Amino acid sequence: MGLTGLAIFKELPKKNCGECGVPTCLAFAMALAAGKASLESCPYVTEEAKEALGSASAPPIKLIKVGAGDSKVVELGDETVMFRHDKTFYHPTGIAFEVEDTLDEGALAARLEQINGLEFDRVGLHYTVDLVAIKNTSGNADTYANVVKKVADNTKLALILMSDDSAAMEKALEIVTARKPLVYAATADNYEAMTAVAKKYEAPLAVKGANLDELEDVVNKVVALGHKDLVIDPGSRETVEVLKDLTQIRRMSIKKKFRPFGYPVIAFTTETDPMDEVLQAQVYVSKYASLVVMKTVEKQFVLPLLSWRQNLYTDPQKPIQVESKIYEIGAVNENSPVYITTNFSLSYYSVEGEVEASKIPSYIIPIDTDGTSVLTAWAAGKFGGDRIAEVMKELGIEQKVSHRNVVIPGYVAVIAAKLKEESGWNVIVGPREAAGISAFARANFS
Amino acid sequence: MAVQLLKERYASEVGTVVLGATKEQGGTRSVSLTVGGEAALPFQHYEGSIPNRPIIAIEVTDVEPNWPEPLKEALGDVIKDPVAWAKKCVDEWGADAIYVKLDGADPDGANRTPEECAKTVKDILAAVGVPLIVVGCGDVEKDHEVMVKVAEETAGEKLLMGVAEQENYKSLVAACLGNGHSVIARSPLDINICKQLNILISEMNMPTDRIVIDPMIAGLGYGIEYGYSIMERGRMGALQGDKMLAMPMICTVGFEAWRAKEAWASEADFPGWGAQKDRGPAWEAMTAAALLQAGANILCMRHPQAVKAVKKNIEQLMETK
Ligand code: SF4
Repeated sequence: MGLTGLAIFKELPKKNCGECGVPTCLAFAMALAAGKASLESCPYVTEEAKEALGSASAPPIKLIKVGAGDSKVVELGDETVMFRHDKTFYHPTGIAFEVEDTLDEGALAARLEQINGLEFDRVGLHYTVDLVAIKNTSGNADTYANVVKKVADNTKLALILMSDDSAAMEKALEIVTARKPLVYAATADNYEAMTAVAKKYEAPLAVKGANLDELEDVVNKVVALGHKDLVIDPGSRETVEVLKDLTQIRRMSIKKKFRPFGYPVIAFTTETDPMDEVLQAQVYVSKYASLVVMKTVEKQFVLPLLSWRQNLYTDPQKPIQVESKIYEIGAVNENSPVYITTNFSLSYYSVEGEVEASKIPSYIIPIDTDGTSVLTAWAAGKFGGDRIAEVMKELGIEQKVSHRNVVIPGYVAVIAAKLKEESGWNVIVGPREAAGISAFARANFS
Repeated sequence: MAVQLLKERYASEVGTVVLGATKEQGGTRSVSLTVGGEAALPFQHYEGSIPNRPIIAIEVTDVEPNWPEPLKEALGDVIKDPVAWAKKCVDEWGADAIYVKLDGADPDGANRTPEECAKTVKDILAAVGVPLIVVGCGDVEKDHEVMVKVAEETAGEKLLMGVAEQENYKSLVAACLGNGHSVIARSPLDINICKQLNILISEMNMPTDRIVIDPMIAGLGYGIEYGYSIMERGRMGALQGDKMLAMPMICTVGFEAWRAKEAWASEADFPGWGAQKDRGPAWEAMTAAALLQAGANILCMRHPQAVKAVKKNIEQLMETK
């Protein structure tokens, strides 16, 4: 359980050199106690102190890396809050896709191609998936090793090896050890052998219990055997039960620093219909899974899930921004309309979507407002008529069009006069919400 | 050793609102529905009672909607006739309630009279037995007249009517109050305005069990996380005892989801996004399901396939042993 700041302070070097990033050892001790700093930041701390402070200074949920080398490395865990509005979520849930070793050559190649193809571009962002989970369905160690090799040769994604049989696991692990795959899983029945294999190849290990009680028990046993790079699975598979276990694990590790549960958690979907499956996966992404293993590889289902993951893991304090420049939507010419918005990514892309839908080629100029939305930017003095006029000039929109009409968001109608005065352009007040742009454009520009 | 579950103790619970009145209750609905009442975070059944499942209201517009083609195709010809549409929502698509949007009132559109609007609502009431949620076209002036008329003509049915906003709530609240309806209080992604509006409405003597919060969510991929976090904060406030945040929440899922081009753009235009036919409903269903995790009580949806999937998700989340 956590130590107080003063107890930690006693163990520190008391140099007050500030190299840890805060001015004094005392301040550093307080930050450690609050779980907001890591002991590694102090270069002078002694080995004895490290030993004494080990558990107190460790983050509530351990950071685990799966993958290595030039293949994908997925970082899991190290979360500090229950709700994103409390601070932020840091390490987006890794999305893994199951591959069974019973697939014939052609089917395996096809499935891998589909999984590798799960990359998406939308609103200026690039979404990717993270891992391939290879399941030893055949129960045969040679078949398994063979398929694991094929998968490893044909994907850059990180790997999860799934087998109950420690001999099959070792055979496969030997081949892909450089990829640092996640070994799934040590259970009450096989934990000794499985832990030995994972330790030998220095691979992160998943520990599975039949329920929370058994999970605690097996985790403690595995830790006692000297392996601490763990991912945990509470064993539940019904949606509402998984939600409960994931919530409890997160809560106990964050609020109580309950060590046996202070690891990233892996969850598995069970639904067979792709639509049902992504909604089930969504529950686990929303509430605290660090890894979700699923089957659906169809893009139309995976895209909404990845979009939700990206939304959820957006830092509430740091809005996503687009570059402030002239954007050309469609085949623009000198008569195309010009729209002004802010560089808050969502403002920009809402406008872009509607302008596109209007089917009238147009220019859009997002003004740099530090990523704030129209009203907030205006209230903060970052979206005034003078500033917009300046940006229009800097970017040279007057060389792109022969007309002198510019559309501003309806919410800032009050800046129209100033903008007109400063820019010499005729200012048209557009709709308040982006949703109105399409109709507005058709009424005014077609 | 048994792991001790870490249960939160909450001071209070979410309020309830009843939608629709049966004959005995002074209306004509064959069922009335209670939403809200949960004494725990969403679906954490072991720590407090969650007596009522979230419900799905399917959206019906009084004039043929200007929605994306693939959505209209999935709904079929019924979108030309609100009564037939509403019936299909209930009989075939499993709607718990109908969300009637009176777009036809729009002065820049069909410009239907308040009488015509009230007639549409009454025709739908006659055709289906489920509760109705009725909202105006968005033109403030016109909605005043329309909603007052609808409220009067349907007195006693216990409609849920919207939307009351900070700058204009009085006439709608008065109309609901006088005719036994409940009201949707909409605030733009701001927990303080949300609370303030609920206080203002309560001060008009509207009981809190006839107010539903619309937090004005944004769509998946377009800022939904703001609404999600506001909802989580509001729900925490409710459980901690803030009565003016404790009303059930309604989310306009269909409206938000189908604004996104990810929902309707063709595969020819965006080959990297997968087949449109499933992508649209998946986009809408994902929006709805994510909001369930933040505490949504009423989901207003459009696509039958999305409704079906979200219903299943709700069933699974409401399973208790
Ligand atoms: S780096 Fe270490 S010695 Fe220096 S101030 Fe920080 S805690 Fe103290």
